[in-house]
Amino acid sequence: MSKMKPRKDLLDIESLSLEEIEHVLSNAGPFKELFQRSVKKVPTLRGKTVLSLFYEASTRTSSSFEVAANRLSADVTNFSVSTSSITKGESLLDTIETLQAMRSDYIVIRHQSAGVPALLAKHTRASVLNAGDGFHAHPTQALLDAFTFREKFPDLKGKKIVIVGDILHSRVARSTSTIFQKLGVEVAVLGPSSLVPEGRPEFMQRLSSWEDVFDWKPDAVYLLRVQLERQNGQFFPGIAEYHRMYGLNSERLKVMRERGTYLMHPGPVNRGVEVTDEAMGYEKSLIGTQVENGIAVRMSVLHWLKPKTGME
Amino acid sequence: MTQDTYIATEEILSPGEIESTVAELAEKILSSCGETPIAFVGIYTRGVTLAKRVVRVLGEKGHHFPLGTLDISLYRDDFDNAGTDFPKLESTDIPFGLEGTRVILFDEVIFTGRTIRAALDGLMDYGRPSKVELAVLVDRGHREIPIQPDYVGLKVETKMNQYVKVRFDEDDNQEGVFLVTES
Repeated sequence: MSKMKPRKDLLDIESLSLEEIEHVLSNAGPFKELFQRSVKKVPTLRGKTVLSLFYEASTRTSSSFEVAANRLSADVTNFSVSTSSITKGESLLDTIETLQAMRSDYIVIRHQSAGVPALLAKHTRASVLNAGDGFHAHPTQALLDAFTFREKFPDLKGKKIVIVGDILHSRVARSTSTIFQKLGVEVAVLGPSSLVPEGRPEFMQRLSSWEDVFDWKPDAVYLLRVQLERQNGQFFPGIAEYHRMYGLNSERLKVMRERGTYLMHPGPVNRGVEVTDEAMGYEKSLIGTQVENGIAVRMSVLHWLKPKTGME
Repeated sequence: MTQDTYIATEEILSPGEIESTVAELAEKILSSCGETPIAFVGIYTRGVTLAKRVVRVLGEKGHHFPLGTLDISLYRDDFDNAGTDFPKLESTDIPFGLEGTRVILFDEVIFTGRTIRAALDGLMDYGRPSKVELAVLVDRGHREIPIQPDYVGLKVETKMNQYVKVRFDEDDNQEGVFLVTES
């Protein structure tokens, strides 16, 4: 029997123990196997409810959570933010009060401000699953990235991954680099100096060009989405310039192909910015696999967390 | 466990007796074979080991049967999503089509029958077998739902403060079947 303590919420990667990460990743495998069946659903969370609360645009993460909850037989309610009282001026704490009264067992939340999921977690008995908060964390993305990488490299010790792009504004970079570091994978970053924070963790080695990247010999290149909505021209001169300096063009793709380097990306991609059309068809791209694995990993997280809704 | 708890362990099958009981189970199953193709499915953990042993005994006699494995964790009726229970999932692997197949499920002990209820639900999500039967090493009674085994190695009368512990070398580095009494 495991000695793990029950955990109510998944807010970030930093607070997770290696044993917890291992538990979620190892159970995600059998969950993924269910997708090969004609009946993809199991009855495990029958009668439980999942509330999905997205304050920021998202298609893949919200649908991924929804599919995961459905496949566990939980009932999912979408609390649609744009049509809700929030736009009518209801405060966050009042909304939380309302959510509490709905007695959901799990709440999936994405919010533009860091710390909102943690605040919600404090005020509800439901398990809170952070689906991305500001520049802070995106823990299920990190877990699915680690699961995807580990399918290719079962022994992670000493493997290398380079994260390319806007490190500063990226909760994905933060959570994903942290989980890789915890699992013993070496992490480096490449991006415009304005987008690579000075105060980054020490384990993040900074590379300054694609030549450096190839000298470093990574096992996978992890491209971040250039967050066009967060750029107003202050961080780099322009899209074409970014593509020339940091994008995955045919020349760089050729080197990756020769070496069998895997390609990862959290999606959605900006073709012509961080990748080319050609790179999207790369045979060692794991981008589609990441999406499929996202469902299995989120099922594993829902199966693992322990809401306190049964204890009134 | 309080200090007053008294635990007595009595061996009810020795390693040699397990071997002959498994051989008897294999014999019973073989004599039931007809036209319909048969496949074995073991329930994790020790049901898988039991099924493997029966397959091996039959294989030595020249009779070969496909073998699958089933993890029923996701189908249990007592999964406590608020408790301290963290089931580690195993790979369910059914490498044959279930349509038109007679499936023999294996578990080491049958008690309330709830595990088998879960196993039947799980199995049916992989397809529609023509028939499902159940083989167990030990039947300890006290059913809570109407499910009965078709092949039984040993039937034991037990009280509610007793349980049957099956230990296999492959899983436990120990071999034997024990009746444990807590009082």
